[in-house]
Amino acid sequence: MKVTIIDYGAGNVPSVERALRRLGAEAERTNSAETIASAEALLLPGVGHYAALVRALDEQQMREPLVGALERGVPFLGICLGLQVLFESSAESPKLHGLNLMPGKVCALPSTVKLPHMGWNQIASNGESRLLDGIDSSAYFYFAHSYAAPDSNGSTTATCFHGSRFAAVVENHNIYGVQFHPEKSGDSGFRLLGNFLRIAA
Amino acid sequence: MSLAHRIIPCLDTDGPRVVKGVHFAGLRDAGDPVALASRYNEEGADELVVLDVAASRDRRPTFLETIRRVAAELSIPLTAGGGIRTLEDGRAVVRAGADKVTINTAAVERPELISELSREFGAQAVVLAIDAKRNGNHWDVMVRGGRESANRDAIEWANRGVEMGAGEILLTSVDRDGTQAGFETELTAAISKAVSVPVIASGGAKLPEHFVQVFKEGAADAALAASIFHDGVQPIRALKEFLRTTGIEVRLPC
Repeated sequence: MKVTIIDYGAGNVPSVERALRRLGAEAERTNSAETIASAEALLLPGVGHYAALVRALDEQQMREPLVGALERGVPFLGICLGLQVLFESSAESPKLHGLNLMPGKVCALPSTVKLPHMGWNQIASNGESRLLDGIDSSAYFYFAHSYAAPDSNGSTTATCFHGSRFAAVVENHNIYGVQFHPEKSGDSGFRLLGNFLRIAA
Repeated sequence: MSLAHRIIPCLDTDGPRVVKGVHFAGLRDAGDPVALASRYNEEGADELVVLDVAASRDRRPTFLETIRRVAAELSIPLTAGGGIRTLEDGRAVVRAGADKVTINTAAVERPELISELSREFGAQAVVLAIDAKRNGNHWDVMVRGGRESANRDAIEWANRGVEMGAGEILLTSVDRDGTQAGFETELTAAISKAVSVPVIASGGAKLPEHFVQVFKEGAADAALAASIFHDGVQPIRALKEFLRTTGIEVRLPC
């Protein structure tokens, strides 16, 4: 199993790559449209600003091959911003367009709580998640974000709460996304990445 | 279900080794950073901080190599700092595998460094370290390893730092650091209530009760300690099990 990691310069690429290799998968990094177009499985890690990710996808002509691959059924996992970009747009950069593969807009978490939502939190699964298969329902995952996708989008299989409820895991056919960082979430995160590899195989 | 309080061991490194007694006592060898990082990752630490206490230019390659080797051991977030003065310094640390960069004196001298790092890596990756020392009924910001006063109010500086783009405050009580007399909960509560970002309390930890105090009375989001973890005086897992019995939400790995 070879996973193609879309590398637009996000800081978490090395740890994602390391985790995949530890799970026995082959991992390659790319920012090339051709490599994305021919990938067996795609992973989009992300940290930082929404605009940096969207601009990189557009400026490096990665958007079209990525959407094409997802529409053809290539297994995809988006991490953090990689989940947020699946939606229509984000309040972090309202003028930019997301991939629009899931309905709804990414919003800021409410300022009634400390932001960023940083640290380990639990999630509530609807029991139908393939990514969470075999992972204890009380498991903690590591989050680091101030914006989040709506939980009511039809693809949400697990939610988290910090000031408001938001999508922690989304799954729709071949398209998967997690708001937290499985590559930083100890054993639970490791298992989740293992589940993605099994789904993608 | 809510955000767990984090327990964060800190490795102060000088060259290739972890040292103890940073601010006051003489430096003393406390072990190999990679071995300690690996142990804390297993024991259920929620994050790890690595600080280059020497922070001299000629030791920088050694520090970056330490970050790379430590990052390779971890499945939890890593914060690194010590001597970060420019965006370039920050980039080098992130490229070596740190998830967050911590800055202190250089940010006091040139606050734009906070926004430069925040724009490049996001606020969640910028930890503003503040060393605070009580002065009458307020706290002064201290720089250069806690030795010099910056003549600045700690609460005012924390708010300014957040405005400039810091996503977290690492707050050390210079008065308590190294004393093992417990965290300064009053300082922690004052900063934690003043800012909109998470606060990591540091300085003075010894007993499990100190952690209870800083979470409950100090409103800390995370607590950091060094020597009590290195010495094995306070195993992380036992600490977390104790905290859970007091009703404090913590992550206990299976």
